[in-house]
Amino acid sequence: MISKLHIDRAHLRHQLKQMLRIRRFEEKCAELYALEKIRGFLHLYIGEEAVAVGVMSVLSADDQVVATYREHGHALARGVSMGSILAEMYGRTTGCSRGRGGSMHLFDRATHFYGGNAIVGGGLPLATGLALANKKMQRLALTACFFGEGAVAEGEFHESLNLAALWQLPVLFICENNNYAMGTALTLSESETNIARKADSYGIAAAQVDGMNVVDVEAATLEATEFIHKHQKPYLLECKTYRFRGHSSFDSQLYREKEEIALWEAKGPVKQLVQWMRNNSHLLDSELDELEKEVEAEIQAAVRFAEAGEWEPVEDLYRDVYSPRQTNS
Amino acid sequence: MVSETMSYREALRAGLEEALIQDPRVFLMGEDVGRYGGCYAVSKGLLAQFGAERIIDTPLCESGFVGVGIGAALGGMRPIVEIMTVNFSLLAMDQIVNTAATLRHMSGGQFNVPLVIRMACGAGRQLAAQHSHSWENFYAHIPGLKVLSPATHSDARYMLGQALADPDPVLIFEHVMLLNEPGTVPENPDAPMDKALIRRLGTDISLMTYGGNLPKALAAAEQLQQDGVSAEVVDLRCLRPLDKTTLLESVSKTHRAVIIDEGWQTGSLAGEISAIIIEAGFWHLDAPVKRVCSAEVPIPYPRHLEQAALPQVEQIVATAKAVMEGR
Repeated sequence: MISKLHIDRAHLRHQLKQMLRIRRFEEKCAELYALEKIRGFLHLYIGEEAVAVGVMSVLSADDQVVATYREHGHALARGVSMGSILAEMYGRTTGCSRGRGGSMHLFDRATHFYGGNAIVGGGLPLATGLALANKKMQRLALTACFFGEGAVAEGEFHESLNLAALWQLPVLFICENNNYAMGTALTLSESETNIARKADSYGIAAAQVDGMNVVDVEAATLEATEFIHKHQKPYLLECKTYRFRGHSSFDSQLYREKEEIALWEAKGPVKQLVQWMRNNSHLLDSELDELEKEVEAEIQAAVRFAEAGEWEPVEDLYRDVYSPRQTNS
Repeated sequence: MVSETMSYREALRAGLEEALIQDPRVFLMGEDVGRYGGCYAVSKGLLAQFGAERIIDTPLCESGFVGVGIGAALGGMRPIVEIMTVNFSLLAMDQIVNTAATLRHMSGGQFNVPLVIRMACGAGRQLAAQHSHSWENFYAHIPGLKVLSPATHSDARYMLGQALADPDPVLIFEHVMLLNEPGTVPENPDAPMDKALIRRLGTDISLMTYGGNLPKALAAAEQLQQDGVSAEVVDLRCLRPLDKTTLLESVSKTHRAVIIDEGWQTGSLAGEISAIIIEAGFWHLDAPVKRVCSAEVPIPYPRHLEQAALPQVEQIVATAKAVMEGR
């Protein structure tokens, strides 16, 4: 499987940098949240970076991405600019959604990034519909749909898988199984905890992958996308991952033990890749320092960009509820 | 102007046929719209004419296929999604309210959803409480949606095309009691879809209604005429946005108003229209505004109770006369 991937030192460095961008950016977001620069809900992706980075590095520029409310990592890995993401969280007009969506509703037309959806499972039919449009318009693009394992209990998961399989639509369902739907463990919410196996009943090909390993995720995604293009059918990828932080900023994490978190942190995606690269002489400490500095500079620039952004004038409150009036009736 | 006689159902089908012919991006999707011919036979024959790629039978999964419609609209298609009845649309309410209505706003104007959703609504066929309700009031509550109620054959024929030309999500409510009614369809639409129209001129009182209750209001106006009361009948046509101008102009002329709405009175559109008239037209009024709505019960099955629960011509006449008292 991995033989299909062109894994070299430069590529691994690139993947590491992408994961570092997400990790450090979100650490900064937590800080800014404490300073009340960012409000609303803030759902951090820390611990799950290998999933977004692994998947996005395989997608083409024409593919569409539908994400969840924990989507800063998806947006960054997809190529949405860090400044516009942070400005969105600040609620400024320079934000990627003009400040109208906030942390949970990042959108970006240029990179075909269709949200940012705060309704669990709500993005699954939408992604299926985008895939239907691709098929009908004979576009080669596929639609990648991220969702958490909590969404699997929603009817929309089952409705969407059924429709995608029934109509043979080019959609990649990516389950980010981090074990907890907010504070409810998978074993408490699903009778069948193997999510990939659920795809079987819809006749959908599926695979499970170590979501803490960016190379594995990338390899599995490559296989998935090749399958989708070749067979014009959906595919489900279950990435086993873990979020190191709470569900949101208001989570006191009463539902899990510190030892469990520590156990997962030991196999964290950034740590794991750094160790592997060091052991194989692919990364010098000085190079890691350099990457960190580049990332830090990007974050500083993003903060400056967000701070400098304009507030939308209140007169524009009604803007974008409806499209501009058409001249013809 | 050449007018053609057909049933309301045929007028709806003619609108669908035209939409499918005019734009290859248009497709119809819903439960039993194809092989079965549509639950209310509106789409009968379209599968044979346009094929299964454009007349798509869906499984029973309202949230799923409405969401697919939203995604397809985002992807550049022009889907028409049929939900069998408004009662089942509640299963898709998340997709309609949380996604279709919000995407443009939440994305800062980057994405709009050119989706049309059609559904049957209303009571009168003894289908009991899970097939007879009037939830259009719910949808008219939601910014980001447009809500249409074709009450005439002309609107049944042309509102779909107008809705498809709109870049935002539009919901069309087709009252089941109108389907078999014969009527005439002119060559062109009566007006833009979001304009209320005076369907009968009058000078003494304004009867304001929409959809399946328009024929009842018109019949009531005829009876009132025999008793020397000249009733004007206003067809709202579009429940969101409401054409306040036309409503207020009518009241400023007649100085009295009765609103007829098949929804329940509590929290109804009728209540909203009353408030609009009182807020902006109070000094034109010669009498309190009155409402004729459905009884506050789940619609019952037996015919006599069902009819007792719904707005009726006699009730409209009696209410109008009560408003006229003391003239």
